[in-house]
Amino acid sequence: MARILLNDVRKSYAGNQVIHGITMDIPDGEFVVIVGPSGCGKSTLLRMVAGLEAITDGTIEIGGTVVNKLEPRQRDIAMVFQNYALYPHMSVRENMAYGLKIARMQASEIEARVQRAAKMLELEPFLDRKPRALSGGQRQRVAMGRALVREPAAFLLDEPLSNLDAKLRVQMRLQIKEMHLNTGQTTLYVTHDQVEAMTLADRLIVMNKGVAEQIATPLEVYQTPATEFVAGFIGSPAMNIFSVESRGYSAILPGGHVLPLPGIPHEGALRLGLRPEHLRPAAPGENAIPVELRSVERLGADAFGYGVIRGSDTAMTLRLPGTSQARRGDVVELVPDPAHLHFFDADTGARIAEA
Amino acid sequence: MRRTVFPHKLLPWLLVAPQLAITLIFFYWPAGQAFRQSMLKEDPFGLSSTFVGFANFRRVLSDPNYLNSLQVTVIFSALVAFFAMAIALFLAVQAEKIVRGKGFYRTMMIWPYAVAPAIAGMLWLFMFNPSFGTLARPLRAMGINWNPLLNSDHAMILIVAAATWKQISYNFLFFVAGLQAIPRSLLEAAAIDGASRRHSFWTITFPLLAPTTFFLLVVNTVYALFDTFGIIHAVTGGGPGKATETLVYKVYNDGFVNLIMGDSAAQSVILMVIVIALTAFQFRFIERRVHYG
Repeated sequence: MARILLNDVRKSYAGNQVIHGITMDIPDGEFVVIVGPSGCGKSTLLRMVAGLEAITDGTIEIGGTVVNKLEPRQRDIAMVFQNYALYPHMSVRENMAYGLKIARMQASEIEARVQRAAKMLELEPFLDRKPRALSGGQRQRVAMGRALVREPAAFLLDEPLSNLDAKLRVQMRLQIKEMHLNTGQTTLYVTHDQVEAMTLADRLIVMNKGVAEQIATPLEVYQTPATEFVAGFIGSPAMNIFSVESRGYSAILPGGHVLPLPGIPHEGALRLGLRPEHLRPAAPGENAIPVELRSVERLGADAFGYGVIRGSDTAMTLRLPGTSQARRGDVVELVPDPAHLHFFDADTGARIAEA
Repeated sequence: MRRTVFPHKLLPWLLVAPQLAITLIFFYWPAGQAFRQSMLKEDPFGLSSTFVGFANFRRVLSDPNYLNSLQVTVIFSALVAFFAMAIALFLAVQAEKIVRGKGFYRTMMIWPYAVAPAIAGMLWLFMFNPSFGTLARPLRAMGINWNPLLNSDHAMILIVAAATWKQISYNFLFFVAGLQAIPRSLLEAAAIDGASRRHSFWTITFPLLAPTTFFLLVVNTVYALFDTFGIIHAVTGGGPGKATETLVYKVYNDGFVNLIMGDSAAQSVILMVIVIALTAFQFRFIERRVHYG
């Protein structure tokens, strides 16, 4: 159990800065997900907390102790690796007991903890097997178990589900959530999968190119993305973002269409973000965005239409009802929900509050 | 495993023929010759030979010189195999830690392997010859009465050192490759689990290196038994007395110096049996403990 404090944490490799000063206060028991595209520095940040990467600048505190100079073993953390990193020459039991033996725990206590974890993760029948005799999902659970038995101050998970198939991933996601509710341990979780990020996190760090673009709850990130990057990254299908020209109470869209937009900030060039789920079909005679469909994907409950704003090559994605008869070549007239308009600065990408 | 089906019977035989020919000509044929020779007794001028059955074997096995040679071989081989592997492993682990100049360090480490055994022997002789050795003088200055020409222990130390030095490169190469095959994340996981570097070496790295170590154990044993002939020949010539006369060296000595062909052949047959038995033993009993990834 511990609070984790990141204070202007930076990382450089040979003078090349890859993490640009991240500050965050993670209270005890919080589940924080670090999410971002590959190469954004999210794993590096986690490995700095773990002590596997040196911290170039700034401080990291775990449970009130600055750990910058401490070895991983002195930080009282447990980590689950993307490839699980199970010791191949040890049985499941030995894998889980490894850290406890090093801590010179009593054999009876070790056995009790291993049994408890094995029961929780449904690994009891496999305790005497070697990792290579296990399926991917079972290996993943062993990796979780090895972290669990340690009862560390903080849990670090580095893309723990990315090697699993889709169905198992959903199962394990729920299991991880439940585990966190049971143990209440401070958890840092790295993923590139926004569904994992949205469902697991108490709070998210959305990272891009070594910068924390936004640190907020999943709902805040979805509803009020702080930057254009966050807006485009979180949400599926992705938000439609395009350049518009502001004219007081209306905007000129690509293709020259004029759309009245209440609350549009100022005059001039802007970036407008509209989520596919926040567009509705226009009533007759209403000012709308005409979208020419290029293809339609039917998923059963919903259908997603992909097209362009008529008269331009600006791509638009829209959500249609599952029963929609829309086909390639159709033009759909859409009106954005005024409660869900996102404006971003054309140069910096920063969010602009509505006027 | 995928099975390949050949259209007719001749082709597969043709494909393995070169390998078979090499094995037959360079192994089975000489081995057969040695076996035949070991049953024969030759007259002093090499003009005629008589079949004597196992008489050569009986004489060799009851010869105290042969038993001494066996003892020398056991000591020599065990020391060479152990030190060559231990030192190579140590150096390989150190090489892994180097950040800059890794390639240079590795290349330097591999050079001794390119030196011919006899030349390696001469090198060590020049360094440690009691009268003109570059390093023999400092040793004497330190109060050590260094004389491998008279002291059999010194002679043994010298050939063990030379033979070990020569083999370290080879072992180093394999240990470096073996270490690289161990995923970094395993050692990171161990570090997070609380293992010190030393502890994770002995509980993670070393067990995972077992396939490499086992392979090298077999190779080094065979190396120490056979391939060290050149070194011994150049450095001590089996002396002083017969203190460094290994089995292979005695085969050569009895056959080509003393010209007792029957004895020499019998010895080489025994040697062959020993090596086969030893390798079989290693595979049967040690390999069981090896975990292949």
